[in-house]
Amino acid sequence: MSTPVTQARPARVASRETLLSVTGLTKHFPVTRGVVFRHRVGLVRSVEDVTFSVAAGQTLGVVGESGCGKTTTARMIARLVEPTAGQIIFDGTDITHLRPGAMRPLRREIQMIFQDPYSSLNPRHTVGAIVGAPFRLQKVKTERGIKATVQELLEMVGLNPEHYNRYPHEFSGGQRQRIGIARTLALRPRLIVADEPVSALDVSIQAQVVNLLGDLQDELGLTYVIIAHDLSVIRHVCDRVAVMYLGNLVELAERDSLYARPRHPYTVALLSAVPVPKPVKRDPAGRRDRRDRIRLVGDVPSPLNPPPACRFHTRCWKAQEVCKTVMPPLVEISAGHQVACHFPENTPAA
Amino acid sequence: MSQSVVGAIPPSEPAQGGAAPLEVARKIEGRSPWRLGAQRLAHDRAAMVSLAVIMIVVLMAIFAPVIASVTGHGPYQQFTTIGLSPSGQPVGPNSTFLLGTDDLGRDILVRIAYGARISLLVGVVATALTVVVGATVGITAGYFGKFTDTVLARFMDWLLAIPFLLFAISLVTVIGAGLAVVIIVIGLFGWASVGRVVRGQVLSIKEKEYVEAARSLGASPWRIMFIDILPNVIAPIIVYTTLLIPLTIVTEASLSFLGVGIPPPTADWGQMISESQSVYQYGAWWFLVFPSLALLITTLAFNIFGDGVRDAFDPRGDQLFV
Repeated sequence: MSTPVTQARPARVASRETLLSVTGLTKHFPVTRGVVFRHRVGLVRSVEDVTFSVAAGQTLGVVGESGCGKTTTARMIARLVEPTAGQIIFDGTDITHLRPGAMRPLRREIQMIFQDPYSSLNPRHTVGAIVGAPFRLQKVKTERGIKATVQELLEMVGLNPEHYNRYPHEFSGGQRQRIGIARTLALRPRLIVADEPVSALDVSIQAQVVNLLGDLQDELGLTYVIIAHDLSVIRHVCDRVAVMYLGNLVELAERDSLYARPRHPYTVALLSAVPVPKPVKRDPAGRRDRRDRIRLVGDVPSPLNPPPACRFHTRCWKAQEVCKTVMPPLVEISAGHQVACHFPENTPAA
Repeated sequence: MSQSVVGAIPPSEPAQGGAAPLEVARKIEGRSPWRLGAQRLAHDRAAMVSLAVIMIVVLMAIFAPVIASVTGHGPYQQFTTIGLSPSGQPVGPNSTFLLGTDDLGRDILVRIAYGARISLLVGVVATALTVVVGATVGITAGYFGKFTDTVLARFMDWLLAIPFLLFAISLVTVIGAGLAVVIIVIGLFGWASVGRVVRGQVLSIKEKEYVEAARSLGASPWRIMFIDILPNVIAPIIVYTTLLIPLTIVTEASLSFLGVGIPPPTADWGQMISESQSVYQYGAWWFLVFPSLALLITTLAFNIFGDGVRDAFDPRGDQLFV
């Protein structure tokens, strides 16, 4: 593959110190019927046995299409959703089932950036109240008072500190997302879980916010878990990328390795769907290098009734009998590259 | 929104587009959704006229004793000689009794002024009771959900299924009529409808990401309910309140009309309308018309004002909750 034209930042050298590790994380949502006599009629298997870890100072991107469980994963890490099974270990502490009181001090360390800047800021609160809320809620004393600190934060995310007294409806989408980021940064968390931080923004604003996230990471040594459905955004900011399909982790690899040699057929299909800036003649040698778009047939099956074994077999062009009966385990196929597939792509001819 | 797209990392310029660049130092002040709503309300002419009418009724209630002393007629004073015709019938509007007298020879104008006190008192107090109880139950049910919600929501449904008037009449027969009983009966039956409205709003608001954000910062349920959610349901609550006041006033008048509201001799509009029936056939139209007009004008003014408030603080949120 030719070098991409994007100015992707070089992958950070992992400090090898694991900050977050998630093992066998599972979330099932019961579907209930009835008002008085409530009974369960189904189970949405939103996230199934997801395992990964993130080193301090690194960025893990999680991609997948709508409904694949990536947001639920993020919300479980931020302890907004109670996991059905599995374990979340943050900095050596098992936080999977911590009670609200015990979780409270840890909430300073793990913060979340939300998807929709129109929904994530309380329309009745001023920017000062919104960005200052973390200090009040966690009863954190600031050196120069909450107001001065909030204004510093606003400046840090590129907003006018004078806008302290304004209300969210007076800002544009990009500005609102910056306010949300300022709130996230307030308590200087070590881990930031960003749930589609730019997908609600215009493309031009997306780049600004993505750059802001990158700059803040360099400045403050943050660790990110970024959820996205846009592979080009992920490529720009992530060190490692996890690909999810219907609740399962199907591929986990270093960014460059994943983009250069995707192994799971689903990842290959996803990458083939990314628009190319110059579809024709993008190869400097002059050879026509038109990538073949892989069109997946059919819809994503319902997580209420997922296909057995490999969940991708209903849409996979390489599927064979074994895919319908044996669940492929997530195995390390090459250094730092894990894939859950019986017949991985891009395997060098042996 | 007429703001320009903000620059990347350097602080964005003060985002108010139209201002002359010279007065950059102008203090930046946020316009709260409240102020925007109040401004819209102030431009609604019908609402402002109704507000003026409401103020007149309020002043009339406050200064009822002044009206009594100016006319020289007390609210309970019976003018058996000048207030009744030789055959014992009420006298029509004249220079002494501007709106005529009732069947006992009392001044209708003075009694309407005193009646305004009861109407407004019941209207405001019973509505306040209704709204406070309804909002609290509604927020609790909506936010906690699950079992709490099932119990509270079913209880509200049950309450709304009880025939109000029959229950009120039986209750008053058992424990006796009185101002406090009327207020409590109205409050008891009214809160469930407020509770339902608030619960519905809370159900949608608690899914907003700012509630998630508060939770992710470790906020307690109480803080989320009353600091994060309440300010966002207060607009529909206020709208509902302004529309509930006239309803309450009419309900109180209806109870009094049926003889299970405010007991005589206290001046009350519903009661006056009821009493006028006995003499209307002898031509005493003023006894029926003036208390009815007072009731009509007051409730109409509250209703139009309530509509204005609803338009200004649109609870559907198109303008307000952006």
